[in-house]
Amino acid sequence: MIERIVEGLKHKPGALLPILHSVQDHFGYIPESSVPIIAEKLQLSRAEVHGVISFYHHFRSHPVGCRVVHVCRAEACQAMGGRTLEEHVKARLGVDYHGTSSDNEFTLEPVYCLGNCACAPSIRVNDDIHGRVTPQKFDRLVDELTTTALDFVQAKGH
Amino acid sequence: MLKRIYVPCDTTALSMGADKVAKLIERHANARGLEIELVRNGSRGLFWLEPLVEVETDSGRIGFGPVEAHDVDALVDAGLFEGKSDHPLCLGMVEDISYLKLQQRLTFSRIGITDPLSIADYRSHGGFVGLEQAVSLSPQAIVDEVKASGLRGRGGAAFPTGIKWQTVHDEPWQQQKYIVCNADEGDSGTFADRLAMECDPYMLIEGMTIAGLAVGATQGFIYLRSEYPVAHRILNEAISRAEAEGYLGRDVRGSGRAFHLEVRLAAGAYICGEETSLLESLEGKRGLVRAKPPLPAIKGLFGQPTVVNNVLSFAAVPFILAKGGQTYADYGMGKSRGTLPIQLAGNIRRGGLIELAFGVSLREILEDFGGGTFTGRPMKAVQVGGPLMAYMPQNQWDTPMDYEAFAQLGAGIGHGGVVVFDDTVDMGEQARFAMEFCTVESCGKCTPCRIGSVRGLEVIDRIRAGESPEANLVLLEELCETMVDGSLCAMGGMTPFPVQSVMKYFPDDLTA
Repeated sequence: MIERIVEGLKHKPGALLPILHSVQDHFGYIPESSVPIIAEKLQLSRAEVHGVISFYHHFRSHPVGCRVVHVCRAEACQAMGGRTLEEHVKARLGVDYHGTSSDNEFTLEPVYCLGNCACAPSIRVNDDIHGRVTPQKFDRLVDELTTTALDFVQAKGH
Repeated sequence: MLKRIYVPCDTTALSMGADKVAKLIERHANARGLEIELVRNGSRGLFWLEPLVEVETDSGRIGFGPVEAHDVDALVDAGLFEGKSDHPLCLGMVEDISYLKLQQRLTFSRIGITDPLSIADYRSHGGFVGLEQAVSLSPQAIVDEVKASGLRGRGGAAFPTGIKWQTVHDEPWQQQKYIVCNADEGDSGTFADRLAMECDPYMLIEGMTIAGLAVGATQGFIYLRSEYPVAHRILNEAISRAEAEGYLGRDVRGSGRAFHLEVRLAAGAYICGEETSLLESLEGKRGLVRAKPPLPAIKGLFGQPTVVNNVLSFAAVPFILAKGGQTYADYGMGKSRGTLPIQLAGNIRRGGLIELAFGVSLREILEDFGGGTFTGRPMKAVQVGGPLMAYMPQNQWDTPMDYEAFAQLGAGIGHGGVVVFDDTVDMGEQARFAMEFCTVESCGKCTPCRIGSVRGLEVIDRIRAGESPEANLVLLEELCETMVDGSLCAMGGMTPFPVQSVMKYFPDDLTA
């Protein structure tokens, strides 16, 4: 699979970021084993590829939970209770930033601005952005998401 | 008659539940046997009203907002589909809402009105007129028009756009040149780039294509932050539709000249909003800042001459070509010509996009448009221009929005974001965050930024803990000066600005 992704994109000028995005979109993270393959095909050293992965906050070298929750830490959200929300989210999920909850449902990441600053504070769950998030609204969202997942599992079981 | 109903599809409307509202409206219409045409328009940028549902009537579009899912039942019963206006959420004619009516929307004239992806909508609202005009002009004449407009880079540095284009234009035409759009809108409190891309993507495509024709570049890249998934989807779709209609590709509108455009996704590094770091990233490398010179206009992407402009700079260009540079320059004050898309955010009752000629005072924005804080408490501080800019105290709010007037105060307009804080804010915490942000986002190339921010954070913590505050304040001031003078780029060079503003205007918060 990794070979196929690299082959499909390596002709692009400055192909490394598009390749890394594509690998992460597919696996949810960038497996260590992909580094030598990408390096060889792009004629880079493994250190160079690793250096790029580790430079960017978006790229991950470890698997994540079912969903990634990004909480905005930037000023517009701070002005609307973002710091309280951050603490609440950590407590509710039982993890700190970059951690994954024990049920493997959520991975928590910080983010600096989602561009939703007039309806702060904001969070992102996978590709969905939520505005005016209070601790209560966050709890409802978590309940909704986990129940939907449960329904899905049960439905599949029948 | 087929009833047309509009429910916006930009990130903010979606974040407030617009998809759910749209589904419910369709379900109600079906249940009543009504045929409606549900248009997913862009947002008007009146964000406190999102989701803002609009109903087309004979006399214009009537707005309802903010509409939550649980409101839809009652709205339909009260005559939503007939555009009846006796429901409490009814706002009357959208065009008459004073927040919108008082603006001078040159760049954002179409947002919220059109379906962002419809080329027909774009054309029927003045779109591609600038490009058609550019196709008939010589490259130098295009550059001259941009120069005449007085447009200065809207990303924050405010460098004259026409001069940048001239430099790239004057490089030999036999070589590959590039147009790069900086869509790495990382400053908190800013969302105008996102609005332009999500609500009027062809405007950006048109502006970049005109730039390509002006300087002889055949390839463009939009470097888009990965935090904008909606903009990513919309831009990609818009580019493929523009290609299909001949606005992009090997022969732009029969000009015989090529311009190709591709979106490249960033990866969550704030520093890549700095243009040389952005170019490194586009080349597939770590986003380390380059020393200047050479300027990107001479040695930019892959070492080739490159125009790097912000989304809003490119977005201003179609108007300038369609209506003439002078028409644009007729707005504004002093050396700040044209309009500034101001983004009002944070603790504010009516947040949103406010496009006005330069010269409006900050207070008018905060009070007349913003209507005070969201929490109803007094305002304490305002940060204009992003996380690297000063916090402004109340006695500075009568300053006109003008690059030079703000610079005189040691402040800046930056990308036009305005973040409001009420009186519960701890400004010492804000100063601390400025340093903390720099420790997270510094690219690490130069020492004042990489080490200075870590030391700055430690010193502020010591001051806040009451450890020899006087000596540590002197140390912090010296550290700030070193970072300002010794850093390679604006990241380390400007991180001290918010810190110094807190030391100067809110000293009690820092030592308490």
